[in-house]
Amino acid sequence: MDEQKQIDAFEAKIAAGVKIEPKDWMPEAYRKQLVRMMSQHAHSEIVGMLPEGNWITRAPNLRRKAILLAKVQDEGGHGLYLYSAAETLGVDRTELLEQLHTGKAKYSSIFNYPTLTWADIGAIGWLVDGAAIMNQTALARGSYGPYSRAMVRICKEESFHNRQGYEIMMQLAQGTPEQKAMAQDALDRWWWPAVMMLGPSDDQSPNSEQLMRWKVKMESNDAIRERFIDRTVPQAEFIGLKVPDKDMKFDEKTGHYTHGKINWDEFFDVIKGNGPCNAKRLKDRVDADKKGKWVREAAVAYATKRAKEKEVA
Amino acid sequence: MSDTQWPVWEVFIQASPGISHKHAGSVHAPDAEMALQNARDVYSRRSEGMNIWVVPANAITASSPEDQGSFFEPSNDKPYRHPTFYKIPEGVKYL
Repeated sequence: MDEQKQIDAFEAKIAAGVKIEPKDWMPEAYRKQLVRMMSQHAHSEIVGMLPEGNWITRAPNLRRKAILLAKVQDEGGHGLYLYSAAETLGVDRTELLEQLHTGKAKYSSIFNYPTLTWADIGAIGWLVDGAAIMNQTALARGSYGPYSRAMVRICKEESFHNRQGYEIMMQLAQGTPEQKAMAQDALDRWWWPAVMMLGPSDDQSPNSEQLMRWKVKMESNDAIRERFIDRTVPQAEFIGLKVPDKDMKFDEKTGHYTHGKINWDEFFDVIKGNGPCNAKRLKDRVDADKKGKWVREAAVAYATKRAKEKEVA
Repeated sequence: MSDTQWPVWEVFIQASPGISHKHAGSVHAPDAEMALQNARDVYSRRSEGMNIWVVPANAITASSPEDQGSFFEPSNDKPYRHPTFYKIPEGVKYL
């Protein structure tokens, strides 16, 4: 079959809502874009474990500690699903991790902000996981089978992350004046980074018509951002907190909130590596990898010993 | 065997007694026993199953998507394998 015919058949399949599976023919640009997206997504999951891991030993009580441990463990699992999905396209996990550890690969800008107080753990679950869910429910409808299935699984698990975060914020907001101020401070610091993590606005990031047609990207960044804001602002109001945007107002005509100007310079600066925690995150990730080396070596030694024992028996 | 690039194992989970195992995903592990433990940690954190199989990914032989048409052709022209192929007069029961 010539290339054009293959592309036509591939596009017809996608238009009909059929998922593309690893062994199916696909254009090189499709494969490349998906490897890039899935690996960045996987990196974000495991780097995302770091800011939250920071509070595991200092969670205010046992209930919160158990919940936070479970959430951070989930993020590790999500990273694994996504690395597995990327591997179906012929890349190695080792190779992808190498790209992360050498700073060649990107991960979500949001994880380069610090978690200064316990309320930040609430803000992350509520806002960061909330924004991620908006993005991921869209991606779950994407055309690549393994990615879409990983997204479905992840979305199911994220909903607990989102709710436990909101519960933390709610409890603080209903607490002492100091606790409420702490919740408001966390919202003040995390709001804009969460709004920005959904990616550059559409005029700065022209969505390739091709990626939309191939169902690699399902919705524009601004459309997903609008949904996130529409759902989140009333949630803040409900617990007596205020999003730090003086221009935010509800537009009766459109039924949507309109937001103030987003500081995209900050976003691109963080992406470039100049966020408050970029260097620390990368260092912690590389250290975690190094510190885990003896565990992996022990696992191999054990497997080798067991295989030998079997041979003898 | 490189440090983290251990063999891939496909994971199949039986959700409840009496139903068939279903593919859940994959894990890397140096041997079958650790693959089973990893699979439990990764794919059954919320009581998703009661039994797990792990199968070395390279032990799976799959039909090829390009040959899909001809490969499954033999069954396409045999409608008489389906009960709806047969006309049974109304009034005849339990058939």
